[in-house]
Amino acid sequence: MTFALAIEQLLNGVQLGVMLFLMAAGLTLIFGVMGLINLAHGSLYMVGAFACATVAAFTGSFWLGLVASLAASAAAGALIEITVIRRLYARDHLDQVLATFALILIFSEGMRWLFGSFPLYLDIPPLLEGAVALPGGGQYPLYRLAIILAGALVALGLYGLISRTRLGMRIRAGESDREMIAALGVDIRTLYTLVFALGAALAGFAGGMVGALQSVQVGMGEPVLILAFVVIVIGGIGSIKGALIGALLVGVVDTMGRLLLPQVLSLMVPPAQAGLIGGALASMLIYILMAVILAVKPRGLFPAQA
Amino acid sequence: MKTFLKAATLALSLGASSLAMAEPVKIGLITTLSGGGAGLGLDTRDGFMLAIKQSGNKDVTVITEDDAQKPELAVQIADKMIQSEDVDILTGIVWSNLLMAVVPGAVAQGKIYVSTNAAPAALAGEKCDPLYFNAAYQNDNLHEAMGEYANKGYKKMFIMAPNYPAGKDSLTGFKRYFKGTVANEVYTQVGQTDYAAEIAQIRASGADGVFAFLPGGMGIAFMKQYAQSGVKIPVMGPGFSFSQDVLPAIGDAALGAKASGQWAKDLDNEANKKFVPAFEKEYGRLPSIYAVQAYDAAQLILSAASKASVKDTAAFTAELKKADIQSPRGKFKFNTNRHPIQDIYVTEVVKDGGVLTNKIIEKIFTDHGDAYAQACKK
Repeated sequence: MTFALAIEQLLNGVQLGVMLFLMAAGLTLIFGVMGLINLAHGSLYMVGAFACATVAAFTGSFWLGLVASLAASAAAGALIEITVIRRLYARDHLDQVLATFALILIFSEGMRWLFGSFPLYLDIPPLLEGAVALPGGGQYPLYRLAIILAGALVALGLYGLISRTRLGMRIRAGESDREMIAALGVDIRTLYTLVFALGAALAGFAGGMVGALQSVQVGMGEPVLILAFVVIVIGGIGSIKGALIGALLVGVVDTMGRLLLPQVLSLMVPPAQAGLIGGALASMLIYILMAVILAVKPRGLFPAQA
Repeated sequence: MKTFLKAATLALSLGASSLAMAEPVKIGLITTLSGGGAGLGLDTRDGFMLAIKQSGNKDVTVITEDDAQKPELAVQIADKMIQSEDVDILTGIVWSNLLMAVVPGAVAQGKIYVSTNAAPAALAGEKCDPLYFNAAYQNDNLHEAMGEYANKGYKKMFIMAPNYPAGKDSLTGFKRYFKGTVANEVYTQVGQTDYAAEIAQIRASGADGVFAFLPGGMGIAFMKQYAQSGVKIPVMGPGFSFSQDVLPAIGDAALGAKASGQWAKDLDNEANKKFVPAFEKEYGRLPSIYAVQAYDAAQLILSAASKASVKDTAAFTAELKKADIQSPRGKFKFNTNRHPIQDIYVTEVVKDGGVLTNKIIEKIFTDHGDAYAQACKK
């Protein structure tokens, strides 16, 4: 394995990790503050991707599409919070899972009804097309670098928001003692709607950015949702820092596993077999990682509340 | 009572006319109409229905259901169609893993299955079945053709396919004919949407060509990402990777790509000259290979139904096997294992009047069968 390949794969892993972080941050924030398991988070990701593809196709500008993905998913998030989710805070997790699963079906069928079964396509903006040279003689797509940068900025922004602003203070207060912050006169209902919309906007933003790399289609959110759950379980449920570390860990382990496992196995078995077994093992790797981490630290790497 | 009625109708129909179509035929079409593989299923359905419509046959009913590319759903639908809808023939499944889940059960219950696409090796050899026909090819065929083609000018190939039965058949088929070295053999996940890790391996492999079997949305994602990656190694694949259903989405990134196919839009024969405009007129888009295969499957069923009763499976399958149809592919006949013997071509993606399409550049195999036929004893 050459140096250039190692660097490129590391970047691929980080890029996947950054995307997962955008999903996982919202998921973990919502769980941390409201104690709610939101299975429909993947649907908000899909809403973002569809909004971006539609607006970009209509206006010809990817950037307007990206703004639309933020706006549409935040609006969709606020809407479901007010109409459905709000009634679930006091219920147990099973009710929440059932209701948010129903939301997945409603969103998927709704999107199919609006946009049809054929995937939509979103082109990379001309500004970010092509590849840039890497040290060691490799090349890397500019768009993927831009995703890494955008993800890093969002992570910084979230950190600033939560540790430096009044809203962040309320979010932290909401995490540690819900009744007390309500008793102090903070409008907890608006706070919850805001947090939910923020989480939704992050998911939609991820959807819009990924839409340009892949096809935008109904059901695109669920595979990512599963990975995002793995991330927050590894990182510690409710912790933004855990979500960031967990996401990068999952991204890098998954990418490197897909590269290295077949190669390691090919030392022992014929290459065709190594490809098959290695490929299958690589897709299990992050779940094995999750199991190992849970065995050592049952509450995840950075448990939010002691 | 029901059996008596059936027997009575059968006797009546036989007595009334030995001519065409006295016996109603009920066909269950299970295919993928949602998700990333929807393009393939829509073409399958539309190609099939075009043949039925052109025949003007009112005795044939087709019920269509979406399997969402999920094996468990396909099995449920097949069970429902067999048990409560009482279909005579099943068809339409695009994906080999779904087909493997449905066909053994269906033929065990005495139902005929005519495949419009999926053709796993497992059902072409020892485990073949007199009730299972394949109107498309055997999975290995198009990949074998690319292996043969790669011998002309490529020494070291990077080959990749999704990890499911057709993916394994694909790379096996390619290697059966390719004489150069294989730089790397990679199996990706079915439905994978991000190929960054694989593209990095291609870049580092030192191969002079890439063979990728990535049907439907997988191919779209791969080709778009490949075009952005700065890797310039030429990509080739079986027809599915560059078929008409994915070309508009891939865009100019596909230009110049070589692919293999048993049919192309510009194939010169009478049936094709009628089929392509008819499909375009009916649906407002160009047909893909899936549409042709389904069109032929429907033609095969119609042809057999005009000569034998579908309730008499022995007679019906004997008529099916004669393959008395005018295929847009030109020559078409069945091998001993009820898989096609046909010519296979190499095509190139070109721009024809602003539309991306495949153009034949050479015929690579003449009357090509498959490697499993001898093993089929049934």
